[in-house]
Amino acid sequence: MVSFMTIGAKGSWSFVFSFRGTRLASMLIVAYAIAVSTVLFQTITGNRILTPALMGFDALYILLQTAIVFLFGASTLTGLDPRLMFVVEVGLMVAFSLALYRFLFSSGRHNVHLVVLIGIVLGGLFRSLSGFLQRIINPDDFVVLQDRLFASFNVTDLTLVGVCVILIALVTFAIWRMFHTFDVVMLGRDTAISLGLDHKAVTMKILVAISVLVSISTALVGPVTFFGLLVANLAYVLMPAAKHRFTLPAAVLVAIICLVGGQTVLERVFAFDTALSIIIEFAGGLFFILFLLKGRVR
Amino acid sequence: MKYLISASLLIICLAAVSLFVGVSDVSLARIIDGTADQRQIMVLAVSRIPRTIALLLAGSGMAIAGTILQMLARNRFVEPSTTGTVESAGLGMLVVLLVAPDLPVMAKMLVAAVFALAGTGLFLAVLRAMPLRSILMVPLVGIMLGGMISAVTTFFAYRFDLLQSMGAWANGDFSAVLRGRYETLWVAFALTIAAYIAADRFTVAGMGEEFSTNLGLNYQRIMAIGLVIVSMVTASVVVTAGVVPFLGLIVPNLVSMAMGDNLRRSLPWIGLCGAGLILVCDIIGRTINAPFEIPVGTVLGVIGSLFFLYLLLRRPSRVA
Repeated sequence: MVSFMTIGAKGSWSFVFSFRGTRLASMLIVAYAIAVSTVLFQTITGNRILTPALMGFDALYILLQTAIVFLFGASTLTGLDPRLMFVVEVGLMVAFSLALYRFLFSSGRHNVHLVVLIGIVLGGLFRSLSGFLQRIINPDDFVVLQDRLFASFNVTDLTLVGVCVILIALVTFAIWRMFHTFDVVMLGRDTAISLGLDHKAVTMKILVAISVLVSISTALVGPVTFFGLLVANLAYVLMPAAKHRFTLPAAVLVAIICLVGGQTVLERVFAFDTALSIIIEFAGGLFFILFLLKGRVR
Repeated sequence: MKYLISASLLIICLAAVSLFVGVSDVSLARIIDGTADQRQIMVLAVSRIPRTIALLLAGSGMAIAGTILQMLARNRFVEPSTTGTVESAGLGMLVVLLVAPDLPVMAKMLVAAVFALAGTGLFLAVLRAMPLRSILMVPLVGIMLGGMISAVTTFFAYRFDLLQSMGAWANGDFSAVLRGRYETLWVAFALTIAAYIAADRFTVAGMGEEFSTNLGLNYQRIMAIGLVIVSMVTASVVVTAGVVPFLGLIVPNLVSMAMGDNLRRSLPWIGLCGAGLILVCDIIGRTINAPFEIPVGTVLGVIGSLFFLYLLLRRPSRVA
């Protein structure tokens, strides 16, 4: 982190500090959000290959944003406080993802491949629909939308980061309160219920937390498909036991190291700037195929 | 046969509609009684007619390519955009842009076709290496492979500032098809005819390697022919108009539900329905938000992914 802040810094310290500081903060938030949401998602689905991103969650978030701009027009939206907007969007996201999840996992379909495939196709559908709406939106609105959608690590506004920090704090508090239940949930539905856990309520709560985290990371950097998958599985490999006391912090640390480290190396050493996501995409795809080939998917 | 003829008539009507839908006003009556001015005839000859022909050729070609792929991979859920074929063709395009940007269109198409062939071959090789071949794993692996290939493409496009030109074809769009810019699609058409001639062999190949060999069919050769047809068709469509997703998934499945898998009987239907579907989607894209256009790839993306979901959620019947 220190190296990210200092290497290649030219010009006045105060500027560098504020500019890179914002970016660093957003990267930390994203790393945290993606790592935690992925590990928890894999806990409730009892599967190590499913991630929120694979299931089309981030595409859903983008579709929601597009739909809001489409329905209300940009003029209405610019009058509103962006922070308020963000909170509304997160709320909608939670509602939708709960509905989606219940539809996918309640009907007793436990074929993992089917669920993953449905998730991927849903993601594609959401993306196509967003593209469709973006074409019908009038051009002025589209500019506004583009500003909202394409916040990358280079352009993040401070207000959003502030809101995200508050939300993250809330979610973390909620997660911390529930921490003791995670390991039980991981044992699977029937076992958890026989151990006296209100399984349905707990998974719903976790899912709400996941939706919020996904919204945050997507709002800050857009969709990142495979990052969570890589990070979570690395954490499982590195840790001696599958207890969440180990895996959650490990995943967060791995995510931070990958994101900040990767970004620093790429920017300063190779002078690329947004190629990191592409590299992660490639590595993740490879990993995924190997995962499938090994047949380690239960 | 009777039905085929009436279906063809329907397609001709759709094509006629496609000729007279668009930003500039061209009316049928005035063309017939000779009062149309020079400009209208020009629009028709340079833009509308080529566009309509390109749609017909691309639609039927992609639908038939999808069918052949489904036979070869023995899986209902594959089509050129879920096997890495399309993405590989895109990588080929990028290589042409980088190495020899002033190649004639035909040569570009051939390069893209070679890449598409390699990509599809890779996909089939991965399939063979898979331990337990669950039906659903096949498209999963294909989609992931496609994602990896397009990551490579994006990476280099980004390095050489070609993202914009790559983005242009990433979404199928026939609005830029003019006279002199779509002729490669006739290659696709010729291959489609070839596919029809070899139809029975593909039907048998769909039964699997042992079965085909038992009947005295050279399985490897028919595989190779099929792959070449699929790659060439995909490459010519990608070079001309960009990615046209899901056509090769929707049409073969619908036709197969209706009339089974004897390709000799069903291929003409698949070609016709493919052409019809893409025409309808393109007309929707042109009219829904006139004077602006929605690319046919986006329209198909929405319809196609909904159909895909329907296929997945249908009670798993005899999926092979």
